[in-house]
Amino acid sequence: MKKQIKFYSGNIAAAEGALVAGCRFFAGYPITPSSEIAEHMALRLPQVGGVFIQMEDELASMAAILGASWGGAKSMTATSGPGFSLMQENIGLGAMTETPCVVINVQRAGPSTGMPTLVGQADVMQARWGSHGDYEIIALSPFSPQECFDLTIKAFNLAEEYRVPVIVLMDESVGHMFEKVVIPPKDKIKIVERKKPTVPPEKYMPYKAEDFVPEMACAGEGYNVHVTGLTHDEKGYPQATDPEVQDRLVRRLCDKIRKNEKKLRDIEEYEMDDAEIAIVSFGISARSSKAAVRFARQHGYKVGLIRLKTIWPFPDEYFEKLADEIKKFVVVEINYGQIKLEVERNVGREKTHLLPKMGGEIHKPEEIYRKIKEVYNGN
Amino acid sequence: MEIEAKSHPLDRYLRADRIPHIWCPGCGLGTVLNCFLHALEETDIDLKNLAVVSGIGCTGRVAGYINVDSYHTTHGRAVPFATGLKLANPKLKVVVFSGDGDLFAIGGNHFIHAARRNIDMTVICVNNYNYGMTGGQLGPTTPLEARATTAPYGNIEHPFNLCHVAAASGAVYVARWTSLHVRRLKESMKEALNKKGFSFVEIIAPCPTAFGRRNKEPTGLETLKYYKEHSVIKHGIDPAEADIEMGGDIVVGKFVDIEKPTFDEAVHELIKKARK
Repeated sequence: MKKQIKFYSGNIAAAEGALVAGCRFFAGYPITPSSEIAEHMALRLPQVGGVFIQMEDELASMAAILGASWGGAKSMTATSGPGFSLMQENIGLGAMTETPCVVINVQRAGPSTGMPTLVGQADVMQARWGSHGDYEIIALSPFSPQECFDLTIKAFNLAEEYRVPVIVLMDESVGHMFEKVVIPPKDKIKIVERKKPTVPPEKYMPYKAEDFVPEMACAGEGYNVHVTGLTHDEKGYPQATDPEVQDRLVRRLCDKIRKNEKKLRDIEEYEMDDAEIAIVSFGISARSSKAAVRFARQHGYKVGLIRLKTIWPFPDEYFEKLADEIKKFVVVEINYGQIKLEVERNVGREKTHLLPKMGGEIHKPEEIYRKIKEVYNGN
Repeated sequence: MEIEAKSHPLDRYLRADRIPHIWCPGCGLGTVLNCFLHALEETDIDLKNLAVVSGIGCTGRVAGYINVDSYHTTHGRAVPFATGLKLANPKLKVVVFSGDGDLFAIGGNHFIHAARRNIDMTVICVNNYNYGMTGGQLGPTTPLEARATTAPYGNIEHPFNLCHVAAASGAVYVARWTSLHVRRLKESMKEALNKKGFSFVEIIAPCPTAFGRRNKEPTGLETLKYYKEHSVIKHGIDPAEADIEMGGDIVVGKFVDIEKPTFDEAVHELIKKARK
């Protein structure tokens, strides 16, 4: 099969990416600006033998995709801020029970109902910390329809590999932007499937992991698995009063992501070779930033762009190393300083600058250029 | 003389390594679970394809004792979890086992919509009139005037009639028994398990620890005596007429048994058409 060229919006590209990744179950609830994903899945899933269901709310949508994952399907939902808030409880259940699934959040401006039709990037911390308790999550941030396609496939692969809900943190502008999308030939796309148990049921320990991630037996496969959101031992049985079991479990749930940060790291560096100042950005803000960097370079400023494609786990080590080489970091994001906190944590407060937007509009390249000049000249 | 340890005929259905269970003396849950296992024994459901899903609460612990694929989910979300499970793998027989608070307060919206869609699943609800695990707070089924820890002056809320809610929402099979009606309950469970579509069985059960002792029935036995004296079997009546009141009769029986296309059939039919 040859590659195909399509003209897709980010939302449609993400839906098509999901189908290519093997998604066969979608449960969702209408919400601007993500609804096109549900609509496209309603149209396309039946054509590939998958099930689409519109649920009564986002609590149900998230619960249903966990159920479907245990039924053996690759599953996903898509939403925006208010719906993402409702999903948090069951994202925690997904993290605790190690259920592979994908959640797309096409961010709009919040808090609360906020600006439903306009862009925001303020759910970054919610994606990381939204559910209660200690857990780790993976979150990816595409900056073009092409990346909506590519990173949604990657999100499914990582969900299967690490058995964790993976968040695709899109934003309204990227979701609604139409661009050329190249669909590679099927044999050029890497698809990952969850590890299945190789031992007979009587020897199977559903939550015992050799290398952080246990093998997963789904319903109807004869393993009589018990899955619970309670603290559980390697057999999957509740041990809700044993701090040692809790320690073992929570450490593993966090470490399976933390200790693989380097593997999960996905950063695009642009004009970084001799850069003295680095813009740090992601999603739509990284596009404005790129234009600003190009313009600033033409005017002789030694500035580069660090674009985060993997947002969580945050690349601490990467920034720690850069702290010596780069004089100043300017974080460009459509929120009041969320990724800025992460950068600051690694490179120090005096080196970190923020160019925020509160939502509803994207940065103009000239605003970023002005900030570059200001920081460059030591103001 | 040595006493020979013999296994129980229902052992194969249980995770014996998880017994003893957590339920209080006098609780109705053991009886209800026993009826369910007997019902399984008398149907030809392949245990390999049986999945039990629970929410949170005392009844929510049922999933942890049955030796099949079992899922103990979040509070109120057993039904939508079960919906995903069933739709992803149509071969499964999916049973939701949970309590009145879990299914009808925090999970009420999911219940009515799963019934409306006629998702092919069996929902077994043990109704003990209160939140037992958290210590006896009032719930959506607490009868008017009954006492609960969050209704210390007596309940002023009108309770749900669960069978009425289920029937009005579209369930194709609706029955109510008390935990005293073990044989009839088992038969209803069998019918519900064999029914295609959204089937619902409500079991009124004692909770002496959290509810009974605040409402003049301090032991399970007293509550069972009450069931014996006040249960009235009325098959086929409009469940709207089967409200439950403090000190009143408990109307039990099979109220609804109808045929209706299921969501599952419809969605797989739709897939066939779309693939042509």
